[in-house]
Amino acid sequence: MSKFDFEIAVVGAGPAGLAAAALAASKGASVVLLDEQAEPGGQIYRAVTETPVRDRKVLGPDYWHGAELMGPLRDSGAAHWPGTTVWSVARPREDAADGHRPLQIGLSRNGAAAMLTVRHVILATGALERPFPIPGWTLPGVLGAGAAQVLLKTSGLVPSGATVMAGSGPLLWLLAWQYLQAGARIDAILDTTPKQNWRAALPLLPGFLRSPYLGKGMKLMLDVRRKLTVIGNVTALRAEGAIGGDSALKSVVYTRNGAEHRLPADTLLLHQGVIPNLNLANATGCAQRWDEQQRCWRPTTDAWGATSVEGVSLAGDGAGIGGARAAEEAGRLAALDALHRLGRIGREQRDQAAVPFRAALDRALTGRAFLDTLYTPAEAFRVPADDTIVCRCEEITAGAVREAVRMGCSGPNQAKSFLRCGMGPCQGRLCGPTVTEVIAVERGVSPAEVGYYRLRPPVKPITLAELAALPKTDADIDAVFKH
Amino acid sequence: MTQPRRGGEYDVAVIGGGLVGSALAWGLARSGQTVAMLDEGDIAVRPSRGNFALVWVQGKGLGMSDYAGWTKKSSDDWGGFADLLYQQTGLDVAYRRPGGFMPMLSEEDLQARANAMMRLHNQPDMIPYPYEVMDRETLRKELPFIGPEVVGGTYCPLDGHCNSLRLLRTLHKGIGMLGVDYRPNHRVERIEHRDGGFRMAIAGNGAGGEIRAGKVVIAAGHDGARLAPMVGLSAPVRPQRGHVIVTEKTAPFLHHPTVYIRQTDEGGVMIGDSFEEAGFDTTLQPGVSSAIAERAIRFFPLLGKLNVVRSWAALRVLTPDGFPIYEESKTAPGAFVATCHSGVTLAANHALTLAPLIAAGGLGDRFTPFSARRFHVPQAA
Amino acid sequence: MFRRLPEIETALNAAAEAVAFTIDGRPAKARAGDSVAAALLANGVTACRNTPVSGAARGPYCMMGICFDCLVTIDGTGNRQGCQVRVSPGMAVETQNGKREVER
Repeated sequence: MSKFDFEIAVVGAGPAGLAAAALAASKGASVVLLDEQAEPGGQIYRAVTETPVRDRKVLGPDYWHGAELMGPLRDSGAAHWPGTTVWSVARPREDAADGHRPLQIGLSRNGAAAMLTVRHVILATGALERPFPIPGWTLPGVLGAGAAQVLLKTSGLVPSGATVMAGSGPLLWLLAWQYLQAGARIDAILDTTPKQNWRAALPLLPGFLRSPYLGKGMKLMLDVRRKLTVIGNVTALRAEGAIGGDSALKSVVYTRNGAEHRLPADTLLLHQGVIPNLNLANATGCAQRWDEQQRCWRPTTDAWGATSVEGVSLAGDGAGIGGARAAEEAGRLAALDALHRLGRIGREQRDQAAVPFRAALDRALTGRAFLDTLYTPAEAFRVPADDTIVCRCEEITAGAVREAVRMGCSGPNQAKSFLRCGMGPCQGRLCGPTVTEVIAVERGVSPAEVGYYRLRPPVKPITLAELAALPKTDADIDAVFKH
Repeated sequence: MTQPRRGGEYDVAVIGGGLVGSALAWGLARSGQTVAMLDEGDIAVRPSRGNFALVWVQGKGLGMSDYAGWTKKSSDDWGGFADLLYQQTGLDVAYRRPGGFMPMLSEEDLQARANAMMRLHNQPDMIPYPYEVMDRETLRKELPFIGPEVVGGTYCPLDGHCNSLRLLRTLHKGIGMLGVDYRPNHRVERIEHRDGGFRMAIAGNGAGGEIRAGKVVIAAGHDGARLAPMVGLSAPVRPQRGHVIVTEKTAPFLHHPTVYIRQTDEGGVMIGDSFEEAGFDTTLQPGVSSAIAERAIRFFPLLGKLNVVRSWAALRVLTPDGFPIYEESKTAPGAFVATCHSGVTLAANHALTLAPLIAAGGLGDRFTPFSARRFHVPQAA
Repeated sequence: MFRRLPEIETALNAAAEAVAFTIDGRPAKARAGDSVAAALLANGVTACRNTPVSGAARGPYCMMGICFDCLVTIDGTGNRQGCQVRVSPGMAVETQNGKREVER
């Protein structure tokens, strides 16, 4: 029996993971693709193999590109384990006798946990929507625009009743366009892109003019602007339920040119860009840094996606936002590097094979700086007022975080201990970036200096019974029972 | 915030902002001292953020009856301490004293436990306290969810628990209200005893980088081993790793803390723990977490369905015999060390008994048994 | 509030893809492939629980398994992520009130 279950495990079956797994397996490595969803595609290509939305013009050609990634995966021979949650990536305690240091992956599949031993891990954990903390964002009826897009892709569901979209960024416009194609009702789009962002973004325009996004993005935005009510320069937002009640969304209040306006709403779809989904990388011990341009934390990686942890690399939006096409190429580069590290291909072979992927990656990233700069959310939407909930799980407000800072909390980990913010089941995914920035502004230092939550496995809940059933060494048992 | 007296000098500098340091700083400030509390930053070795939150009496002090008495005193004073904190800060640290259990999985273990409790109480100078050895049926009346393997256990009505993270926050809020000058990101590089006072050199602090105080209390946990010898003291502590698991919030069902499992006031079930010698490595070991989970399910099978939402490994601050060190320096009077691994249980003592003594100038004979000199006596062959 | 696109609703009414399940004991209909959270929204259930902290109402928010706001009781097991579980025939979905009970 081999000491390893697989040579390479790829975590996440979005564009980066699909491309990485297919390439690595096609070169002869034993590869397993672990994915939480029932069908491959990640969030961007969610349900691409089974969506009920068969009219291809609704979801658009960029979405259907995802289907092209399935054939190579199938043909590559990579094992694909859908419905598999990875809750930890860790090294075992001791070096193996032959000097290899295998990695252990904790996973949960069909209600049972297991440990998988591999030599290399490629994390392709993708992105999540940047938190959009406004008063009332916890009300039923308020969803992420990305969430609404998942509902469309997986179930053919579109909003009915009064619907408002609010925020900024490409996904917001894409979803509005898809709703237009599908004949769904949108009452208004509240555009929160700060006016002054245009000034900052303008010098970056030449790069964007060469970008593959330009044509598509402009057409899409023009279509939406022509057919829908778009209200620009929105500087404040709040969602409100019934008077004196908190049961469900009733209206959206926005501020434009200093004046408040109210729109009735049954559904509010919020979006202000995406950020790396870094919980697993963080809990694995991968170093991360604050990216000022994207205003988010991103794990530190080299040109091949290698992280600070030996044997662990990252590909796609989980390593910094570059979009689906960039993720695909980054997945291939990470796969090549993994093959090289495993001794399957030489350095030259790796470098040579990488040339077309790197060129495609560069192309896909062209114009990114312009988009990042233009769509940087206003501070008011990143660093909310005192009464706004920042931690949805534990219902902690920005004001409570500020009070903790005034008591001497200098970072999110002490704030977490004091307030429980970031301690709920989402493990800071929906409050982490906000808490960092609130503390940074309150202390008058940079987010980089403030730092981020120190996360630990399990990064997704598993039952105590699942945990109890895992293999244990005698030393593990003695550590608990012999005292 | 109270300004330090006399050109930047405080009455006392407390080194360490964890549970021991902040309880002492709180008690010192209440005793009228001007206090600076020097702490490390957001990421540091912080047992106070990782402990199990028991206020526990039963079984402690076998080998040192003074420690058993000291523990019992803190337990007895804890309710009043929690009230004082609430009156001052409006924060409830959720102290409850419903009595605690130590369930056992074999007759052999139960007998060994009963013998240990008896030996503990047969020690000279032991202040007795009530406890009970229970068989399975008696235990089941109190803890209806025990599993089939549980043969019985011990019970002590003095045992309780609190919300230890809220205790840490409450103490920090309290010291702020009392005018303590809290200085995070002030790791002490060096302590010098000069001109009858103490000067603390602060690591990497551009702004002057020195704190002066008439007295210094080293309550720095693991860092005490490095700091104590600078003022003629000794704190030979080592880290011992313990894993803890916590589940999602659950409706109240476990009404007594047990030594390994307790339900928090917020609803989560905390499950401990392990004893590992691994230096300062806090990497989680899945096998150790698994063994802890397995034992918990043997105690309470219904826990198996609950979701684990977090786990961590923290580092106990252990002296060679496991008992605390409290001592004033002979060569640098005014320098004190206070270190223990029961910062929650002993918080009431630290705040209400130890701090006033330090404020008044000395510990007295009562604390002689807690001197680190006990580790320097050559052991009999 | 959400509705199906018309052609999908039509196909659903043709029954082959329809899945019968219950929400708090009431009969409900979903499409095979729907997550529980999507099925709740499709049946007009926007709020699926009250939080264990303040009791405030919550509904699905992220639909990708990260926000834990769509927690529901599924076939007697509490705190399941509705957006990560596919609806199946006869499934009993219950909205939740506050903390999970240890015995379910």
